[in-house]
Amino acid sequence: MDLSQMDLMEVFPYAIDLVAVLLLALGIKGLSKVSSARSANGLAALALGLAVVGLLVQLQPGSTAWLWIAAGTALGGLAGLITAQRVPMTAMPETVALFNGCGGMASLLVALGVALFQSSEPNLVSRISIVISVFVGAITFSGSIVAMAKLQGWLDTPGWTQSSLRHAVNLALAGLCLVGAIGLRIEPSGWALWLLLAASTLLGIGVTLPIGGADMPVVISLLNSYSGVAAAAAGFVVGSQLLIVAGAMVGAAGLILTQVMCTAMNRSLVSVLFGGALGATGGGGSGASSDAGYTRITSCSAEECAMALEQAERVVFVPGYGLAVAQAQHSLRELSKLLEAHGVEVSYAIHPVAGRMPGHMNVLLAEADVPYEQLLEMDIINPEFPRADVVIVLGANDVVNPDAKTDPTSPLYGMPVLEVDQARQVFVVKRSLGAGYAGIANALFELPQTAMVFGDAKAVLNGLLTELRGMGVGKTPAGSAAKGKT
Amino acid sequence: MSSLSEALWVLLLGSLLGLELIGKVPPTLHTPLMSGANAISGITLLASLTLIAQANGNQALLLLGALSLGFALYNVVGGFLVTDRMLAMFSRKPKSKSNSNANPGGS
Repeated sequence: MDLSQMDLMEVFPYAIDLVAVLLLALGIKGLSKVSSARSANGLAALALGLAVVGLLVQLQPGSTAWLWIAAGTALGGLAGLITAQRVPMTAMPETVALFNGCGGMASLLVALGVALFQSSEPNLVSRISIVISVFVGAITFSGSIVAMAKLQGWLDTPGWTQSSLRHAVNLALAGLCLVGAIGLRIEPSGWALWLLLAASTLLGIGVTLPIGGADMPVVISLLNSYSGVAAAAAGFVVGSQLLIVAGAMVGAAGLILTQVMCTAMNRSLVSVLFGGALGATGGGGSGASSDAGYTRITSCSAEECAMALEQAERVVFVPGYGLAVAQAQHSLRELSKLLEAHGVEVSYAIHPVAGRMPGHMNVLLAEADVPYEQLLEMDIINPEFPRADVVIVLGANDVVNPDAKTDPTSPLYGMPVLEVDQARQVFVVKRSLGAGYAGIANALFELPQTAMVFGDAKAVLNGLLTELRGMGVGKTPAGSAAKGKT
Repeated sequence: MSSLSEALWVLLLGSLLGLELIGKVPPTLHTPLMSGANAISGITLLASLTLIAQANGNQALLLLGALSLGFALYNVVGGFLVTDRMLAMFSRKPKSKSNSNANPGGS
């Protein structure tokens, strides 16, 4: 083999890696703009594909290796394909958590493989890398799975996790991790590795379990950042610069995104991580009362609500988590079409953290074909509320709580909220008077202009549709084909 | 593999790049961005492939590698597809992106 050929063979993987890094960076950059987001996503996928091809050319795996690669690819690829197509848009936060946990698991398994079976004696750097990879990978995995289970409602927040006992438990677990890490320095595979693995896994659970549902998006975003760190650590373990760059990039970008989300929710990262669930037991403020605290609730039927809608000129919908759970976005779209045909001006007020993740509500409403220009962000819609005749709050709670502006003792105090209390008439569609995600009583419900419409968001919306059609709104006679009006 | 200091430089510069890449994101895109970044972190699959290719016939190592490849690929394939599904809904209305993302730096 002559020299020029050697050069080419050595330069080729570097060139591929560089192109892949460039595309990844462009991909992440593009994902933060609406116009370029979709193509940027494709670009990032292309970059990953390119990196895989480049690596395979470089590694030249044997036939046995190919067999295992094919097996792993078929398994993971197929499962990913099915999950991505089947999962409903409402379950997006859980899904991201699940994917993220699997990414952490992958880093963990790589580190385990190297630690247990590497033939050569590992040096200090690779031992440290293994420690970080196992530690972060295990926390990412167990934390993500707990986050998913909590979002799915499979797991509650146990009482003991709200006492300060949890700090002691987590500190003890962190101490055990440290012992394992130091032990690993002496002996690369053995008791220390398993201690580190077990303690990190438990630590991931212990840290995530006390966090309330409302804060879960921040946690998922943070865990997402961790999985980047885990990937970078795996890059050190196997010696891949591309992995280090990509992992570091995702880790840092994830951290920024976490910070952006915290700002949108007016929470600090520290209080999310160590403050326990908002408004749960323990040291909560006076606002943390249960539903028994409500005294001046007015409730009304769908019929009364429909009559108010029929006479309104401007209607604002405030969709929230309850709408997502009830899968009512399509019914909502139908209702607003009917009202528009009746000459009513309809808009949607979108709180930055409406739904269960920032931006989640935009995705759900886009799925239901709601025109983009009707989705108004908080800063734009807030001055408009005094002009609104009717506001319908659909399964949102904390993001419309006026206490956040007026009551300094409320745990929500300072959080930017939608000022629906400025509107002439407010209907709150809610299943029951149970406290919201954050477990805090809502002063809005007791205001004189507020009426509660109890029921599942979808059922109520369909009830409203029937009532309005019965009144002849939209010029569609009652009982005739629902599709008649556009 | 290159030297440690080289790898540390790569780590440092990669982190700085990541910090700079997303300055302001409209809230609309938080969910897709999170899920897209998450898919990229599945790049661990490169490590899994390396593990398998260098296993030298060690069955346990091959199995671990394949498992890890499966997990990573689940993250990658699922993540990119689900992100695309979300973003496809936004791009259905290309005519207007004026209103809802006009002031990302507000509040």
